[in-house]
Amino acid sequence: MTPYLEITDLQVEFPTQDGTVRAVQGLSYALPLGRTLAIVGESGSGKSVSSMAVMGLHDPRSTRITGSIKVGGKEIVGMSERNLMAFRGADASMIFQDPQSSLHPYFTIGDQIMESYRAHHRVSRKTAKARAIEMLDRVGIPNPGRRVDQYPHEFSGGMRQRAMIAMALVNDPKLLIADEPTTALDVTVQAQILDLIADLQRDFGSAVVFITHDLGVVAEIADDVLVMYAGNAVEHGPVKQILGTPLHPYTWGLLESIPAVSGTPGPLHPIPGSPPSLLAVPNGCAFHPRCEFRDRVADGLCGEKLPDLVARTADPDRLSRCHLTGPDRIFETDILPRLP
Amino acid sequence: MSTPLLELDDVTMHFRIKGDGLFSRGTNKVRAVDGVSLTLQPGETLGLVGESGCGKSTTARLITRLLEPTSGKINFDGTDIAHLSERQLRPFRRQIQLIFQDPYSSLNPRHTVGTIVGTALRTHDMVPKSGELKRVQELLEMVGLNPEHYNRYPHEFSGGQRQRIGIARALAARPKVIVADEPVSALDVSIQAQVMNLLENLRSELGIAFVFIAHDLGVVRHFCDRVAVMYLGRVVEEGPRDALYEQPHHPYTQALLSAVPDIGVVRGVPPRERIRLVGDVPSPVNPPSGCRFRTRCWKVQDICATAEPELAIPALVRPPAVPESPATAVTPDAVSASVPEPAAAMSGQLTACHFAAPPVAPVVAQPA
Repeated sequence: MTPYLEITDLQVEFPTQDGTVRAVQGLSYALPLGRTLAIVGESGSGKSVSSMAVMGLHDPRSTRITGSIKVGGKEIVGMSERNLMAFRGADASMIFQDPQSSLHPYFTIGDQIMESYRAHHRVSRKTAKARAIEMLDRVGIPNPGRRVDQYPHEFSGGMRQRAMIAMALVNDPKLLIADEPTTALDVTVQAQILDLIADLQRDFGSAVVFITHDLGVVAEIADDVLVMYAGNAVEHGPVKQILGTPLHPYTWGLLESIPAVSGTPGPLHPIPGSPPSLLAVPNGCAFHPRCEFRDRVADGLCGEKLPDLVARTADPDRLSRCHLTGPDRIFETDILPRLP
Repeated sequence: MSTPLLELDDVTMHFRIKGDGLFSRGTNKVRAVDGVSLTLQPGETLGLVGESGCGKSTTARLITRLLEPTSGKINFDGTDIAHLSERQLRPFRRQIQLIFQDPYSSLNPRHTVGTIVGTALRTHDMVPKSGELKRVQELLEMVGLNPEHYNRYPHEFSGGQRQRIGIARALAARPKVIVADEPVSALDVSIQAQVMNLLENLRSELGIAFVFIAHDLGVVRHFCDRVAVMYLGRVVEEGPRDALYEQPHHPYTQALLSAVPDIGVVRGVPPRERIRLVGDVPSPVNPPSGCRFRTRCWKVQDICATAEPELAIPALVRPPAVPESPATAVTPDAVSASVPEPAAAMSGQLTACHFAAPPVAPVVAQPA
């Protein structure tokens, strides 16, 4: 299967007065049509920055981007603003976390969806409005014929996120990037939106990149998972393996930090310390200062050499960036018993 | 049961808002909290859960008396503090402290950590002036910060460390109750777990009672002894943690719990039946008559629109009332002996629903 989205050795850096912020460092992954990739990581791990690079949303005057991002064969890195305008919305589109601030309060929901449609199609307002109503109906907004003329403040949070999804999908993009689309929503509404995204993906056969920090959400919607830490991928593979039997100590730490709704109470085992500043990422493996297993690697290798993202077990589909030998055994003996 | 430390008795909080027309100004009310009764025992942790707009944060502001309730009683240690003046409240302010959600906006950026925590000490005359610095350092150490950092400013700390400063400030007054309004939801997962463990330790060491507000149901289960579920300004279900999570009797609690995405599915825990709620929470300006959840409830019947269900041990599991006819009269003792004591009655789980019943299938995944 040829991937629709292919990122190779992506680096995103922001030069600042205090030094260079190395937000993404050598990220590579590929995503075919019809699959959902969840990108997981804490704030500052580079998950949003890398996805904004896919949309060509970084200001070239203040950002240094190297490497390659190919979407449907088109190279995005270095693409002219004019070509990006044609690309955004038509080939790929994005949904943001906060539907409140990503809709314009002065224009009706319909106007905003129509604008997006007419940017890529030479059609009359009337045709575009019919299309907007069709899309609102498709994302489950009741009474779309009346709702299309309403303003964002007349919509509830869940409805606004539905409208955002309608706007993102109005041009049938093959790639949808959802950046924490349900984080601002209540759980019952979150469940509705997750169902909707899964439904739409089945119908449109698009590739979905789903950025989140909620591993429960990941377990429910993703096919594949990419775990990021300090600007780099530390683990990548099918969701069942990554969340079921992870191989990277950072993923272990995440799993141990989350109190499960079905779980038995007991002390959590949080990762000590806090994520590094991207101005001064630690040498070697960026996670080693917080890793409780670094002493099991000989010669302080973790502090000197960045491990490669490679298959650590017989399974070629799952990649991990760690020097530990036999991580699957360590997971069984040390981690599994203390998971919440 | 001992006397509760804190007791809310039918508390309401209505905010007046402008109406649509010229003459309706001030006549509309947002019924943010509408008849809430809760108790908190000394040293106990009570979780308040519910979706945005259900009134849980307003309840927190009522307990801490940052708001004066429209009606109802707030008994703290035997005194009704619901309508006390600012001056009369002084001694109570010390004993009920608040931890805020946002560690960025809840600390004054122009004050050093020493000043922030020290102000709390000075306001309540906790220590003589000479001992202030020493106590600040003790408090910083208690929450896991470097005591030498008392002269740093909030921006020099990370989000998790700032939340610790907020906790140190709350502890400075040696409170009996801490109301924590979403204390970990602004933090990254790994940091969230650190702060949770800190709160857990403080609770067991200092014996402070907590009112813990969160929308993350996993966090609440982890931290709380008892949980109250709120919907549109009212408590719809309340009970001991495990009973409530494993045997929720209210349809809303069942839907809420079943909507939580569960990581267990990848570890082979069988997926559960999802209860999907349709529509949105109605407006608290004009809540539905009768049961407020009826507009989204799948069990709805005619009675739900006319009679508001009380928060009580569910009728279905209550022993039947003594028949009126003397011929078939049975003594109450005989009734209670013949009906096996239901789990909900024993655990003290209360539900406000006409058709309260345990779920047909488990709503949270059962660990293998």
